[in-house]
Amino acid sequence: MSAGSGEFGRLLRAEWTKFRTVRGWVAAMAAGALVTVLLGLLSASGSHASCGAGPVETACPPHPVGPGGEAVTDKFFFVHRSLTGNGGITVRLTSLTGQIRKPDATPGVRNVVPGVVPWAKTGVMVKAGTRQGAPYAAVMMTGAHGVRMQHGFTHDVAGRPGGVSKGSPRWLRLTRSGDTLTGYESADGARWTRIGAATLAGLPRTVRIGMFATSPGDLTVTRADLGGSVAAERFTEATGEFDRIAVEGDAPGGWRDDDIGVTLGPDGSPHHPGRAARSGGALSVTGTGDIAPTVEGPAVEDPLGGAPAGLLPVIVVAVAFVTAEYRHGLIRTTLLAGPRRGRTLLAKAFALGLAAFAAALPAVAVAFTAGGRILRANGNVLLSAPPSTQVRVVVGTAVLFALAAVLALALGALLWRGVAAVVTAAVVIVVPHVVATTSVLPDGAARWLLRVTPAAGFSVQQSIPEYPHVLGHYTPIAGFYPLPPLAGLAVLAGHTALVLGLAILRLRRRDA
Amino acid sequence: MRTYLHAEWTKVRTLAGTGRLLLTIIVLTVAASATASALVSCTAEGCGHDPGRIGLFGVQVGQAVVAVLAVLAVTGEYGTGMIRLTLAAMPRRTGVLAAKAAVLTGLTLAAGGVAVPVSLLVSRRVLLGNGFPPDPLDPTGGPLLRAAVGSVLYLALVALLSLGVATAVRDSATAVGVVLGLLYLFPALILVVSDEDWQRFLWKVSPTNAGLAVQATTRLADLPLTPWAGLGVLAAWTAAALLGGGLLLRIRDA
Repeated sequence: MSAGSGEFGRLLRAEWTKFRTVRGWVAAMAAGALVTVLLGLLSASGSHASCGAGPVETACPPHPVGPGGEAVTDKFFFVHRSLTGNGGITVRLTSLTGQIRKPDATPGVRNVVPGVVPWAKTGVMVKAGTRQGAPYAAVMMTGAHGVRMQHGFTHDVAGRPGGVSKGSPRWLRLTRSGDTLTGYESADGARWTRIGAATLAGLPRTVRIGMFATSPGDLTVTRADLGGSVAAERFTEATGEFDRIAVEGDAPGGWRDDDIGVTLGPDGSPHHPGRAARSGGALSVTGTGDIAPTVEGPAVEDPLGGAPAGLLPVIVVAVAFVTAEYRHGLIRTTLLAGPRRGRTLLAKAFALGLAAFAAALPAVAVAFTAGGRILRANGNVLLSAPPSTQVRVVVGTAVLFALAAVLALALGALLWRGVAAVVTAAVVIVVPHVVATTSVLPDGAARWLLRVTPAAGFSVQQSIPEYPHVLGHYTPIAGFYPLPPLAGLAVLAGHTALVLGLAILRLRRRDA
Repeated sequence: MRTYLHAEWTKVRTLAGTGRLLLTIIVLTVAASATASALVSCTAEGCGHDPGRIGLFGVQVGQAVVAVLAVLAVTGEYGTGMIRLTLAAMPRRTGVLAAKAAVLTGLTLAAGGVAVPVSLLVSRRVLLGNGFPPDPLDPTGGPLLRAAVGSVLYLALVALLSLGVATAVRDSATAVGVVLGLLYLFPALILVVSDEDWQRFLWKVSPTNAGLAVQATTRLADLPLTPWAGLGVLAAWTAAALLGGGLLLRIRDA
């Protein structure tokens, strides 16, 4: 065993020496890194953003950040009071209605129709405070997904499906016991079903408890020409009607109304304000917005757009690293020195992979941090991602470079022909990503390409996940890949292993 | 010169890959043009697409094969050591390059001369089926005829550009990498860069973007360069590559 690993070490050193001593290869590898950095910085410095309040340009406000470190939307109408210690709230919800603005049928005339969007929500909530992004848990009725319990913006548990009406009202209950919040629902207020529980670490002793309503924009996706799609979002609002409101526990003071996160128009008045209305024991709450992670906007991985271009020189070096051996006859010496051919090729692949990783990691890190800084300085508000996600994006992209290099090398060893190998590697690694993310293909075909081709590895760059409880424009053009980040990288690794295996088989069977 | 031409023609003609590559150029160009045309849909307001660019979209795909054909014509000789024999038999090195360029231009013009008209005919049928108005699709109309002729010339210029690069770098993998990079990175770069001044600048110096301006048949005023001036940008790249390759061929040992 130790002799075997010693031999591999020797082979690895030999291959590393070969790579390091050809100036053109080192230069091309560095060029790949440089292209990645320069393109990233160039694209970042060309991207400016400002938010208009009418004719006045102002800096865009930062996104609120949720308890998990992700950018969130936290905008709703909240009728609430304080609750100290343990307690809970029970309400009867008798209706959920709303209105949706549709594309204008006659230009210039607002076309508003009654209705609710699938994730319009109204119900009861416990929140650490009225600050946007503060921890919360809520039990709610939704437009089309029945009763849900949600907390911390990213967590969503389904309750009983179905709708709500005067004839069949829905009872909702949310109780606090220490850091644990438990949600219940009932059809009659007598027999209760538990939906789920959430632990909100570090919840203060005094929290806000009450009823809320909000409604995300109506998302219309239209097919664009030459494939791709275009998304548009339009104003909606939702109204929940409650009665039989009962708060248990130490809840002094009266009800307070707050339009959490309302945006102000140029004249300082609220834009699309929410409202609450009371009659007898009944309460109606109307709101617009959402309580959910933000999935649209510039993301932290945006400055890494130069990676596909940076991969091209790396692919050329990788192929040349193996085909040059055949051209110059060096392969005979190599195989004489390392007669176990599979092992020799593995050592070659390993040395190249390490070189590519070492060149890519600093380049990606610089493009990521400096590019991000430039984007922010230009007024762009990036969707924040937790530090662990940022590390995954950077290191994962460097791994993508290493795997792509090894795949190109394996193609070179398999095909023996430099041109064929370079073209094949570019066509399977870079081209699918480019055509899938530049609205050349219909969305379905683009997703399919990013699932099965080695370009799936690019999904490691996606920092904002796809949430089932947030309706979004989840397409490759918008930066959403069909596979989870590590699964995408695994697809690339699988392709690499397969081609490397075939190349080893071929090397064993044939004369060099 | 005639002997030089004859020698290069014989080499290219007897290579197994040449015929296959020429066929691939035609098939890929036509197939990609037809696919692009099939993806276009027209609404009541109009189609919003340039029939020249859509109907000849395949040129952007076929050019890769043209580049491979041209690169192999040179690096194949270096790979096998044939180049020494070639230069021993034909000592005028510029003459060798000129003969290679002439043969390659002829082959590309022939392949392009088939691929471009067939692409236009096929995509015309597809576009008409998609509800495209027939007027701008008239192949004898001025702009579309210019687009067709220009596209064939474009392919020939790409071949010569690749020939120059391959003569300069001599290694097939590197040459293909450099040419594909030149052809496809500029369009990608323009997508990445969001600053408009930069975009226009990159567009004007890009061999692909500026070169393919010759395919434009609508909204010519919006283009940073006129169609023929755009093709001139590619011609400048080609001239530079041939000049560099020729100089290196003269001063270097083979």
